[in-house]
Amino acid sequence: MSTAEKQMDTNTASASDIRKRKIADVVNAGLKRRYAAERRFRFYGIAAIALSLIMLVVLFVTILGNGLTAFVQTRVTMDVVVSAERIDPQGTRKREDLITGDYQGAVRDAVLALFPDVTSRKDRKDLMELFSTGAGYELQKQVMANPDLIGKTIRIEVPVASEFDMLAKGYISRTVPEAERKISDKQIAWYDALKSKGMISTGFNTTLFSAGDSRQPELAGLWGAVVGSFYTLVVTLALSFPIGVAAAIYLEEFAPKNKWTDIIEVNINNLAAVPSIVFGLLGLAVFLQFFGLPRSAPVVGGLVLMLMNLPIIIIASRAALKSVPPSIREAALGLGASKLQMIFHHVLPLAMPGMLTGTIIGMAHALGETAPLLMIGMVAFVVDIPHTPLDPSTVLPVQIYLWADSPERAFVERTSAAIIVLLGFLILMNAAAVLLRKKFERRW
Amino acid sequence: MPEAMETQMTAGTPLLSDTSAVKVAARDVNVFYGEKHAIKGVNLDIKQNEVTAFIGPSGCGKSTFLRSINRMNDTIDICRVTGSIALDGGNVYDRSIDVVQLRARVGMVFQKPNPFPKSIYENVAYGPRIHGLCRHKDELDEVVMGSLERAGLLNEVKDRLDQPGTGLSGGQQQRLCIARAIAVNPEVILMDEPCSALDPIATAKIEELIDELRENFTIVIVTHSMQQAARVSQRTAFFHLGTLIECSDTEQVFTNPIHKLTQGYITGRFG
Ligand SMILES: Nc1ncnc2c1ncn2[C@@H]1O[C@H](COP(=O)(O)OP(=O)(O)O)[C@@H](O)[C@H]1O
Ligand SMILES: [Mg+2]
Repeated sequence: MSTAEKQMDTNTASASDIRKRKIADVVNAGLKRRYAAERRFRFYGIAAIALSLIMLVVLFVTILGNGLTAFVQTRVTMDVVVSAERIDPQGTRKREDLITGDYQGAVRDAVLALFPDVTSRKDRKDLMELFSTGAGYELQKQVMANPDLIGKTIRIEVPVASEFDMLAKGYISRTVPEAERKISDKQIAWYDALKSKGMISTGFNTTLFSAGDSRQPELAGLWGAVVGSFYTLVVTLALSFPIGVAAAIYLEEFAPKNKWTDIIEVNINNLAAVPSIVFGLLGLAVFLQFFGLPRSAPVVGGLVLMLMNLPIIIIASRAALKSVPPSIREAALGLGASKLQMIFHHVLPLAMPGMLTGTIIGMAHALGETAPLLMIGMVAFVVDIPHTPLDPSTVLPVQIYLWADSPERAFVERTSAAIIVLLGFLILMNAAAVLLRKKFERRW
Repeated sequence: MPEAMETQMTAGTPLLSDTSAVKVAARDVNVFYGEKHAIKGVNLDIKQNEVTAFIGPSGCGKSTFLRSINRMNDTIDICRVTGSIALDGGNVYDRSIDVVQLRARVGMVFQKPNPFPKSIYENVAYGPRIHGLCRHKDELDEVVMGSLERAGLLNEVKDRLDQPGTGLSGGQQQRLCIARAIAVNPEVILMDEPCSALDPIATAKIEELIDELRENFTIVIVTHSMQQAARVSQRTAFFHLGTLIECSDTEQVFTNPIHKLTQGYITGRFG
């Protein structure tokens, strides 16, 4: 290398040095701004998360605060004489005679025996208002199960009327002037007398989880709605998962790509955005009026929710199928697998987690859906627990809607309790989704 | 029919004089992707129990031609093939030929190792299983072990056959894919740049393996490495822009290429 060349070499080196330093200065000048932008962005993110967490906490605190007391019920324990005159005047001991016995009368006798100094007609009526009419049913249930009880004295534990449950829980204040509350000072005094005799107790509100709806809050339960929701979801799942997955497989793997499949694709996407009440109207017109299926039945509810769910499941399943790497398909085809073998042996197992996630999201949607079910009559007042998907019933969100609409104070806490139960089921379903994904997902 | 088909003469000896040694005979093969004419009038014989290498600049249609031998192009909607490709004298595009059967006779190894997300054993057993090649578990075990052995993988995996095939190294995965392909006992094995995702040591192992497999199988390999073509193949076909420019014995192509384009490519002037 000549000296001239060496000279040039150092020249270019120092030139690039200068350029380097300049670049470093320029970068340095901008660095502050860049980091500031990053910090700002982080702050926005944290603020957004904090805000949503606060909202969530507010939601849970209000609902739990309002609803937890509904899981406890105030009860009164008393001895009732099961007199033959009241229950079985003819003395036949037959079912059909026992069923018509005057059980409420027997309870009344027992109550009046507790308060011998209450004599006026009006006072006696007011006194009876402390006790739920459920007392008569409870007595009937026990006697029907064991007719030998007739003539004996038995001890029953029955709910107090809902107003007194509210009094016990502090929702009705004693300091409010008498005219402004539903219960009179006299009734409160009687209640306190019962309490001082040790007849009042509190315990877990089993009625809430065993009974159907009722006009009396202390007799109203969620179980009818839970069973109705269960049947509805079973019908929805049993229909929408296989149909949705089959449709997705056909569209994604077999259907030719032409105008018709394009139209179908666009329409499926549109269907996913159709307001749910429209599906309710469709169900009303098609399933009830045309096919003549029973009103208020979970089977119809399930069909309607299936229609609503199908687009969601099809879209999720197609996305899951699309995300299976083409190399796996080629590997299977290259070995001589038929298309169906390729799909069922390789593509479907890999797409399953995505399909299940889509399905469970759809089912969670369906569990919380109210509007379309109102259209097909699932808003009816149903006392009996449905035994089949064809029996009239209601579902959890509709039950919440019905209770929220009821004037009694005791239904306020029961509404929140129903929301807690609904949220509990939703959380369970999401947990199931996570577990299923874990099970099916192959991390290799 | 495609409009105005220019038939270009291929330099060298694309067609063999000894017809009894021909395993695959392509005649006037044209492949179209929609409007795009990807393979133009290729005539080529592939000799039995030899390794034939396809070389050429990228995008010249090597993969396209390779995939038309086992009709993997069928899976591409817009792809259309004309002409004939005969496997042992029977045109694979004949109506009477079933692709499932064809692909059992013509196996394939892909560019990127693509083992199934299943155990090593299941990967190899899958082909024999779907084709019903083995009646008993013992028989299947034998086929799986034999294939792994022939793919030179058995010693490395024999005590973890139940572990995922995707957990192996890249080179091992590719050898697993080769074992999977030979488990079906095909007549021809197509390999599309099988070493392009592998390091030199893994590549050397696969090349060694290809040389051994030649005894029992007819092998067609696409490669972008001319050294590899020179090392493993007996015959070499050079493609350019969808046309088969030259095909001869490998030695001939690399030492004494006839066509200018071939000369240019192997001396590294383009590609
Ligand atoms: N699926 C496809 N659809 C449309 N064109 C394709 C497709 N696959 C390959 N081609 C085109 O065909 C030509 C040949 O491609 P390919 O056979 O993959 O080349 P090579 O393997 O030699 O690199 C390229 O021009 C490529 O763009
Ligand atoms: Mg290629």
